[in-house]
Amino acid sequence: MDSIIRIENLTFEYKKGEETEPVRALDNVNLNIERGSFTAILGKNGSGKSTFAKNLNGLLVPTEGVIYVNGYDTSDDEHIWDVRQSAGMVFQNPDNQLVSAIVEDDVAFGPENLGIESSEIRRRVDKALSDVNMGAFKGKPPHLLSGGQKQRVAIAGVVAMKPSCIIFDEPTAMLDPKGRNEIMNIIEELHDEGITVVLITHFMEEAVHADRVIIMHDGKVFLDGKPEEVFAQKEKVLSVNLDIPLAVELADKLREKGIDVPKDIIGMEEMVEYLCQYE
Amino acid sequence: MIRDITLGQYFPGNSWVHKLDPRIKIIATLLFIIELFIVDNFIGFGIAAVVLGAIICVSKVPISYILRGLKPIIIILIFTFALNMFMVDGRILWQWKFLKITAEGLELAVFMAIRLVLLLMGSSMLTLCTRPLALTDGIERLLSPFKKIGLPAHDIAMMMTIALRFIPTLLEEADKIMKAQQARGADFESGNLLKRAKSLIPILVPLFVSAFRIAQDLAMAMEARCYRGGENRTRMNEMKFAGRDYAAIVMMIVFGAIIIIESRML
Repeated sequence: MDSIIRIENLTFEYKKGEETEPVRALDNVNLNIERGSFTAILGKNGSGKSTFAKNLNGLLVPTEGVIYVNGYDTSDDEHIWDVRQSAGMVFQNPDNQLVSAIVEDDVAFGPENLGIESSEIRRRVDKALSDVNMGAFKGKPPHLLSGGQKQRVAIAGVVAMKPSCIIFDEPTAMLDPKGRNEIMNIIEELHDEGITVVLITHFMEEAVHADRVIIMHDGKVFLDGKPEEVFAQKEKVLSVNLDIPLAVELADKLREKGIDVPKDIIGMEEMVEYLCQYE
Repeated sequence: MIRDITLGQYFPGNSWVHKLDPRIKIIATLLFIIELFIVDNFIGFGIAAVVLGAIICVSKVPISYILRGLKPIIIILIFTFALNMFMVDGRILWQWKFLKITAEGLELAVFMAIRLVLLLMGSSMLTLCTRPLALTDGIERLLSPFKKIGLPAHDIAMMMTIALRFIPTLLEEADKIMKAQQARGADFESGNLLKRAKSLIPILVPLFVSAFRIAQDLAMAMEARCYRGGENRTRMNEMKFAGRDYAAIVMMIVFGAIIIIESRML
């Protein structure tokens, strides 16, 4: 498989001031993200996951090591816009990433920056808004929308730039459960359409949808594997103050009672389906 | 309460005036203002009023809506009216001690009042019939010839766009901070003016902090979406002159010519 993002010996340090020691947020990370995959990156506050996200599209540049996105080095100023066009980014706060006072103008912002022809921008904006089910809101001002709707507009704004990869930096952290569900559905749809998804989150239930889970701790990759493999290592996951998904916990308890739940059941829906065979 | 504020005073509509190119509307408004200063007799004002009336009719903006816009200048209006009425020397119509009203003063007072009212109504037609964002777009494009002498036309327009976007957000933020302070016993309503102004400081400080935080987030989001200034940037809505825009230009020229001939040559 070919990798869309290659990370080699990535180390990143925040410099606070002249005298103080720089703070090391990422420590020698080596990873490959495959084209078309869905990777969830989990970690507690301060684990370096957000810094990691910002390194992936050149908002921050590695202190040491290299990152290649679509073959472009992120620290190469000449290709920085190619990097950012290939790897779009959706941020946590839905309010602070919308630029324009009209929904459709905001979605057009990215393509406009890329210098795309106006009829093509119009097509992309309409397509992106219908992809996130916000077509009916295109003339509305963002401040009248709910958090989930604003976040959907933000996603449309990135989709309209036709990136091959989208990095979601805790996109649901500030949303209510309903908004959270909407966003997760859209992320899965985008993944089904062939977009590579990197989802940074601290909600275990969201990581269940991914096909690869990476747990970060103290700026290092702590665990890396298929979700069922990672969550099977309960002790390790709990040791870095993360929880395991509810369904996995339930499966564990059921196994103790002698019901042999298959290992690959980690999501709530699959669990419900599995349990419903028992009358 | 804050959620439904309208910015500027845009009156949504789909009329001929609404559809005009914002550049035309801005220039037309400027010309209208200049012409009001060229006018030196009541007939000229009559013509201007008829033209303005026609525009209002076509725009379908209710007249009550426009008159409401005059409220803030009522005091100025009364003040200038009184000053002109009492201060101009000439044929005395009425006198009481040092106060006197002259025929010339009265005429000038009415003249100035009409000019002020027409000025305000004319310019409010611009903001009533143009979406704020179209207005900033229009300003950007009108200013773009001045880029050569170093005027940052795109940056100015982008600043206005962002301001329009974030005024409601900051108002919500202020509302939230105020409620948080009130919940902890802050009192914004009682006391004299100075005291009340002072009680606003605990709101302003966190508001500024959060404005800076928003600015930082937004700058990052804009960079992530490949924003690199106005260079090589395209627009989704290209501005193109349609038939109605050329018609408007012709009307502007005719109106201007009539006003100049009427005031300066007759």
